[in-house]
Amino acid sequence: MRGADYVIKRIAFALLTVFIAVTINFALFRLAPGTAVTNLARVPHATPETRLALKREFGLDKSKLDQYFIYLKQLSRGNLGISFENSQPVRDNLKTALINTIPMVLLGTLFAIVIGTITGVLAAWRRGTAAEGASVTTALAFYSMPTHWLGLMLVILFAGTLPTGGMTNDFLINPSFWQHFKDLVAHITLPALTLGLVLFGEYTLIVRSAMLETLSEDYILTARAKGLRPAAILRMHALRNAMLPIATLIALSLGYIVAGAILVETVFSWPGIGRAVYDAVLARDYPMLQGAFLVLTVSVVFFNLVADLLYFKLDPRITE
Amino acid sequence: MSVAVREPGAVIESEPIRSRRGIVWETIRRRPSAAIGSAILLVIVLGALLAPWLAPYDLHKQVGPVFGHPSWSHPLGLDDGGIDMVTLLMWGARVSLVVGFAATFVSMVIGGTIGVAAGYFGGKTDTTLMRITDYFLVIPDVPLMIVVAAIWGPSLFHIIIVIGILLWTSTARVIRAQVKSVRERVYVKRARSLGASHTRIVFRHVLPQVAPLLIANTVLTIAVAIFDETALAFLGLGDPSRISLGKMIENAFQRAAISTGAWYAIVPPGLLVAVIILSCSLVGGALEDALNPRLRVAHLSARSFRLRPLVGRGGEAV
Repeated sequence: MRGADYVIKRIAFALLTVFIAVTINFALFRLAPGTAVTNLARVPHATPETRLALKREFGLDKSKLDQYFIYLKQLSRGNLGISFENSQPVRDNLKTALINTIPMVLLGTLFAIVIGTITGVLAAWRRGTAAEGASVTTALAFYSMPTHWLGLMLVILFAGTLPTGGMTNDFLINPSFWQHFKDLVAHITLPALTLGLVLFGEYTLIVRSAMLETLSEDYILTARAKGLRPAAILRMHALRNAMLPIATLIALSLGYIVAGAILVETVFSWPGIGRAVYDAVLARDYPMLQGAFLVLTVSVVFFNLVADLLYFKLDPRITE
Repeated sequence: MSVAVREPGAVIESEPIRSRRGIVWETIRRRPSAAIGSAILLVIVLGALLAPWLAPYDLHKQVGPVFGHPSWSHPLGLDDGGIDMVTLLMWGARVSLVVGFAATFVSMVIGGTIGVAAGYFGGKTDTTLMRITDYFLVIPDVPLMIVVAAIWGPSLFHIIIVIGILLWTSTARVIRAQVKSVRERVYVKRARSLGASHTRIVFRHVLPQVAPLLIANTVLTIAVAIFDETALAFLGLGDPSRISLGKMIENAFQRAAISTGAWYAIVPPGLLVAVIILSCSLVGGALEDALNPRLRVAHLSARSFRLRPLVGRGGEAV
């Protein structure tokens, strides 16, 4: 029963975090004096009557507490407001953006996990050799680079060979499915590669230290004493146990992935949720910004929950 | 740069008992990666501090054509306003470092206070404070920074506060764990039974023990703060009246340095940021590793893994 307890606790924690994020979201935009919604009219020299009418229209004449409840009610119905910029419902804008973001982020993260695990395991397994030095140094170097700057470096390197902006080539008229797919792959390469490169360094370091820890365990010594082949020790004994901290720590880097996505999408004009954040900041499109923040937070909390449950599945001893 | 890990079964020497005083300095001196990192940091900090005297040109004066090529008089060329890049780098590093240090200071005060309070008082205080920390740990900080910075409007002061109030979570956790163990030591108990006040115990006995770890955490946080400043500046949320390294990258990007082929306007500022972050990671990682054996395994983790005492020296935490 303790297991079910744990699962319920984690879900409750996730829900509470989302609730806190929603409240922060409300408070930031509405309670800050003289900002955001107070200036919502965007009419600098409006008459008092116009201001009052606008205030009434947007429900700003009600008390803050009433506004909060209205906000929660609308949110529960999936209403995120209307974008200042294109007058479309924020929800629809964000849906399109999210669909564009997911493949790019997934590809980049996958790249980071694969390369990070390989180099991390290599570094731990061949400790004290040049291979370790090389992989740790490379990892640290990429870990230290500002995400957007690395993206710009790739633009300089690959300008001309690969498309450096947007998601599709607008000049492809009536493309066949295959042409369209090739075009998409070409466009996704650089943004996904940038994200992968900035992320993999952290993973290498995490995997390496998790592996080093596992390799110093007694059962590894036993496995060696039994005369098992090194490959078998690595795969069956070391890597399996090292997966535990690795799984958690990858989940903890989700916040970093989100930050990376915002910067990468800005550099490569990728029309995803990160780009939406950037455009909303530039245009001071507060409903969009508010909605995008909510979507980003909810997805991070969600994947954290997934990681928690996964961790529980991997290691049932954990009950906290 | 790697620390040799003992073969399983090797004889384990216990580490000599040293005073905590001077441990920071000693770690830096003994570990090559930490020594190199601090030497580089020292050079950069000096260059930034002495910018008013060392910078070859005037920060606000156009000295040549827009995106002028590198030459003998301007080794790194000119930026989009025809200003000397070397001069800009020195002044930019100054602003970036100010943001890094000041934001870190804010986050150390918040995180340190919460960590000490939670660890020292324990019980309900601890549970409540750590719950709050947990929630903040999950909410992604860069988007929150963007939202707050966008609402408050761009200024150096706002950037510092925004970064500072969102970076304290890891500090609070690390410090809490350390304070918890210090609290149980005999001399602390003795001081308490002699009637010392909480304030006196915290400042006289607990803080000095936690200080080295706080320094390690500070160095690591500076790196994150400088990265965040660069990111915020790139998204157009930097202080428009001050040139930081992040702002330089943004300017070059916005004014099409890449398509004009002016790579020298965009490569050096990012490289300098990377070098600063790398050096901070080396120094902070080595310190943390030397000071907090528990972190050798779970160094980036927010969760405590069930650990048994480590054999010998683990991998260095970075």
